[in-house]
Amino acid sequence: MHTIKFSLEHIYFYYGKYMALSDISMTILDRQITALIGPSGCGKSTFLRCLNRMNDTIPGARLEGRVLLDNQDIYAPGVDVVNLRRRVGMVFQRPNPFPQSVFDNVAFGPRVLGLTRNKDELYWLVEQSLRGAALWDEVKDNLKQDALSLSLGQQQRLCIARAIAVSPEVILMDEPCSALDPIATLEIEELMRQLKEQYCIVIVTHNMQQAARVSDWTGFFWLGKLVEFDETQSVFTRPSQKLTEDYITGRAG
Amino acid sequence: MNRHIQQKIGFILLGLTALMVVMPILFVVGHIAASGARAITEEFITGMPRNGMKEGGILPAIVGTLVLTLGTALVAIPLGVGGAIYLSEYARDTWLTRTVRLAIINLAGIPSVVYGLFGLGMFVLFLRFGTSILAGCLTLAIMTLPVIVSAAEEALRAVPVEFRTVIFSLGGTRWQSIRYIVLPQALPGIITGVILGLLRAAGETAPILFTVAAFYLPRLPRSIFDETMALPYHLYVISTHVPGMPMHIQYGTALVLLVLVLSMNLLASLIRSYYRKRRQW
Repeated sequence: MHTIKFSLEHIYFYYGKYMALSDISMTILDRQITALIGPSGCGKSTFLRCLNRMNDTIPGARLEGRVLLDNQDIYAPGVDVVNLRRRVGMVFQRPNPFPQSVFDNVAFGPRVLGLTRNKDELYWLVEQSLRGAALWDEVKDNLKQDALSLSLGQQQRLCIARAIAVSPEVILMDEPCSALDPIATLEIEELMRQLKEQYCIVIVTHNMQQAARVSDWTGFFWLGKLVEFDETQSVFTRPSQKLTEDYITGRAG
Repeated sequence: MNRHIQQKIGFILLGLTALMVVMPILFVVGHIAASGARAITEEFITGMPRNGMKEGGILPAIVGTLVLTLGTALVAIPLGVGGAIYLSEYARDTWLTRTVRLAIINLAGIPSVVYGLFGLGMFVLFLRFGTSILAGCLTLAIMTLPVIVSAAEEALRAVPVEFRTVIFSLGGTRWQSIRYIVLPQALPGIITGVILGLLRAAGETAPILFTVAAFYLPRLPRSIFDETMALPYHLYVISTHVPGMPMHIQYGTALVLLVLVLSMNLLASLIRSYYRKRRQW
């Protein structure tokens, strides 16, 4: 049985007066892949960013309800947001490595946060992270090369390596494959299956096949509401809601 | 008239206007270089003025201009870059920050003689710095600030938002995003803005007229409370206030000032093009 990583209770999220999420409750299990699907603007990215408080910087944004990470309310007063974001890493839609070397990209987080004591430790951590992101074999001969000279798929795996270098517990992925070609997409999906051995993964995707292929759990969002949330297999084979069925068969959305 | 001929005429007319833009610059530089070149001797560059400035060198004015530029940089760079970082990275969009931006834009348009008078009133008289390098540098720095702030803010804002977002997502703070990514990425743009601002400071006469410039002081400055000669003011003096001044000395002085300023300009362009080639976002 998997332990509960995130537990969300009656989440409402507002941009100013606009309600982006309405009464969302769900649990996200550790070492599982949870996929969030739904049409554009349905609130799934907003939801994802509630999990590491990346919405905090948006003026007028406000959350009601409770978001528990390992049974601790991450929106409680006095929570160290910086530390929260180290525990809950994030990979973005477009690969966005820094214009630096491959090594420096992965070493960035550990350096800034002071996670290693010396060069050997840092090198070891960079290697482990690149191995973890299935990129090591492709870049080990030239860690000094500019990260932007890599292919887009490699860049995205580099961003994953950069994220896992600070030893997070959760990895949030916001449409991580939407800028990639099919082969690079399959590589990332394969990587996600490996990563779930160690991490809790939440992925937002537009691609329903992708959700069906990689995820263990699927949540279907529609107009800021969580319409359906269940094991991926049931959602795609025996959806309990008519709307879900219409969406995954292409009749709605 | 067929459109090929129209095209030709348009091409020639526009080419001519472009040429007319370049002509005055070529003429000014060429004329000054041709008339001033024979004044440039070792003594002219490294010697003190003699015989009512009609003979000898202009070393005190060269050193004065360099010292003033350096002092201006020391004051204006930390203030200007710091202010730009605040405006671009920390300040929210409120009426206050909008007012500050508006003020900066307007400051850039104030005539330099007004800065000179402000410097006289504020630094020379009110703060009792006297006619001094300190007062001159502060005046020049205030004049340079708007240029540096707006150039630096623009360079900082050009750094993609995603880089900042990534650092937050890794558990970094806003300051770390500035320190490790935003500032290094914006540095070429900031350097260019700083040099262009200092360039203006180095060539201005009006702001130093009342605050630091000495008419005739044939020695090097000894402290920041000393007066000093400076190239732009020296040029003004020998061209208007000294009867019987040999032409070639005037042109020579202009040439030295021109070379100094143009080489700074060239440096700015080199830095900009070097980094533009490397930048890929």
